[in-house]
Amino acid sequence: MTDINLSPLWLSFQTASIATVIVFIVGVFLARIISRNSFFGKSAVEAIILLPLVLPPTVVGFGLLYLFGKNGFLGRLLIDWFDFQVVFSWYAVIIAAVVVSFPLMYQSAAAAFQKYEPNIENAAYTMGASKWKVFWTISFPLAWPGLLAGLVLSFARALGEFGATLMLAGYIPNVTDTIPLAIYFAVESGNMEMATFWVVLIISLGFTAIFWLNWWSKRNMMRYSDSQKK
Amino acid sequence: MLKVIIEKKLNHFNLVVDFQVTKEEIVVLFGPSGSGKTTILNSIAGLTKANSGIIKLNNRILFEKNKTNIPIQQRKIGYLFQDYALFPHLTVWKNISYGMKSEEFAHRLMDELGIAHLENQYPYEISGGEKQRVAIARAFATEPDLLLLDEPFSALDDETRERSHEELLRLHKLWKIPIILVTHSKAEAEKLASRILYLDEGLFLK
Repeated sequence: MTDINLSPLWLSFQTASIATVIVFIVGVFLARIISRNSFFGKSAVEAIILLPLVLPPTVVGFGLLYLFGKNGFLGRLLIDWFDFQVVFSWYAVIIAAVVVSFPLMYQSAAAAFQKYEPNIENAAYTMGASKWKVFWTISFPLAWPGLLAGLVLSFARALGEFGATLMLAGYIPNVTDTIPLAIYFAVESGNMEMATFWVVLIISLGFTAIFWLNWWSKRNMMRYSDSQKK
Repeated sequence: MLKVIIEKKLNHFNLVVDFQVTKEEIVVLFGPSGSGKTTILNSIAGLTKANSGIIKLNNRILFEKNKTNIPIQQRKIGYLFQDYALFPHLTVWKNISYGMKSEEFAHRLMDELGIAHLENQYPYEISGGEKQRVAIARAFATEPDLLLLDEPFSALDDETRERSHEELLRLHKLWKIPIILVTHSKAEAEKLASRILYLDEGLFLK
């Protein structure tokens, strides 16, 4: 037990955190724009965004390899322009985490932005507030409980990503060996002790995140509604 | 003075209206549900766009087909929604001061409406009648050129409604601006209106 290399822990935290920040910013803005507007093809766009949620991670990984591989459209561009190969790199871990956790963030955010009356925003507009001001002072704070839920779920999902990561980033010790990969390869090589260590750790993390989230939302989801009246 | 000539395609009929409101007037739009009343208010406020026509407020053209469509924020129109649409996460004072022109005027409005003591309360902590007065104060505090009221009294009990009617008439006398009021109640229309426009399936009945 003494010789466990903790690098998967740091790597997982680092990549999941960066992926969550990206997913949060893009997810919130996209959800705000898409959820309250109707346009041609909206259902199709939303279906594409949510697709990684139902696809096997290996299919997502296959798709990403297809895009970012040496002969993939984006992979080719990155090699030609920056002489940089994504596959089997630290960046690949982040890309896989972003793609699989994005639907969770988007779904939570879209629901959060639909939860309050549209007239609350309209009232702010009639008072002369700019779109930016309305977003930061009205929409964002009102949607915050749902956004935070999405943030926690995305982080947990990013932390637990396995299939797509393995296909795009491979298993390179100290570079792409996140906790889920470390578990798989520990079991493969018969090191059950190490596998158990990581399994217990990741179950504790997941449990804590969900437990805290449930407790917090029970207190905050209904914060401003009349049912809270004393 | 507000001048509205608009046409708008709705689901089951076309809305075709032409009317004016002077600053001495409270004009009531009266008609059954789904007759286009709220659409008229939304078109004036800029929340929806009419298909054609012109909307003019005090010599300022707010909307003219293919030429002008001033954004909501610049129309200087106060809009009181049916559900008041108070900002639930902000205190009464923060609601009222959100778009106010002058702090002094906002405080005067609150005194006038008897809600000064609610300053630090949240909307979920106050009664329906108080919410309605906060919403009126919030709309007046932006010092609008026109006030639109969409069934603002429908959720109130009889006594509170009576008082709200008096308050509206008093505020209108104090700060003369054109007011358009949408209502379902015949008694309310007759009590408040300088003029009643009867709307049915998008057309005014003569």
